[in-house]
Amino acid sequence: MRLLTHNMLACNVKGVVNGYPLRLEAEVVAERPADFNADFLRHIFARIDWKAFVGAARSLPEEHAVADLPEDAEPSMLASEDFLRRFHHALLELHVEKGALVCPETGRRFAIDKGIPNMLLNEDEV
Amino acid sequence: MKLKQLEGLLGELQQFSAPKVELEQYPTGPHIASRLIHTAENTFGDITGKIVADFGCGCGTLGIASALLDAEHVVGVDVDPGSLEIASENAEQLEVSIDLVWCDIRNLSWKGKCIDTVVMNPPFGTRRKGVDMEFLSMALQVASGAVYSLHKTSTREHVKKAALQSFNAATAEVLCELRFDVPQMYKFHKKKEVDVAVDLWRFLPQSVSRAC
Ligand SMILES: C[S@@+](CC[C@H](N)C(=O)[O-])C[C@H]1O[C@@H](n2cnc3c(N)ncnc32)[C@H](O)[C@@H]1O
Repeated sequence: MRLLTHNMLACNVKGVVNGYPLRLEAEVVAERPADFNADFLRHIFARIDWKAFVGAARSLPEEHAVADLPEDAEPSMLASEDFLRRFHHALLELHVEKGALVCPETGRRFAIDKGIPNMLLNEDEV
Repeated sequence: MKLKQLEGLLGELQQFSAPKVELEQYPTGPHIASRLIHTAENTFGDITGKIVADFGCGCGTLGIASALLDAEHVVGVDVDPGSLEIASENAEQLEVSIDLVWCDIRNLSWKGKCIDTVVMNPPFGTRRKGVDMEFLSMALQVASGAVYSLHKTSTREHVKKAALQSFNAATAEVLCELRFDVPQMYKFHKKKEVDVAVDLWRFLPQSVSRAC
């Protein structure tokens, strides 16, 4: 699971109001190179919840943790190739293979195994 | 990538090893799958460089086809973990990267219109009535660009009405009519193959027409 997917997911348990962003607890992370596409990054920027994204990127296990992304981002930064490269790397090249997503409101855990988050609900949660 | 080449690659994919009847697990064949994704890109520019979601992705055929046509990011969703594992192996085999989420489409909770294009071959609703419309409703909620889907031709009027009136689609258009061979994988199918007339639809969500 890439951080781009993490950025889209909210807790889906019925009745939860503040289920976003899910706290990321990554245990195993893989890095896989992806083609750099500046136009895509500019296109997607407005749709990214930056706070959730940076929070997730910084929370990764030490050797993969991304420390060089700014706390706040604004569209003017998209002119910088250096910024775009870091944005690209964190968004598309880091894959959480094992860990969990945790609901900020209820603490409900969604396990991530083989890169696949399990968002299946129990009967009493739908 | 040429259509023939795409079709050839999709033909190499592993499909459901033990299909589950209640989930209507039959694959979109390489012929139809390649045409669906190729049309979405070549006629409408809805795949390359886009965020694509594959609803009820099964073994990943439509999502992987999107990745082969250079979708920037693909997310496949299915309720069946066994299929997701096959999808993951299939993606690796063809050296593309797709994300997979194990979830029931009815219970998706995604942030706003985070997807550009949804591609899907939903269950037709022959086992559980209405599941096809649940897929369409959710697809139109998360897509900001377009939704491509296959539905039985016999339900054309119903699909159109539901999309426009209930799910607030801006447009609902049948791109072409196809013959879909549902292979005899289930005991209740008496004939060897059941040939079903299927429409390839393209829906646009409401905000698109306003934005442009
Ligand atoms: C007709 S198959 C299509 C498979 C694949 N997309 C393809 O094109 O080869 C329908 C798929 O939807 C999945 N499915 C059925 N009901 C579902 C639900 N409620 N939520 C998510 N997936 C579901 C099934 O497991 C199956 O993989």
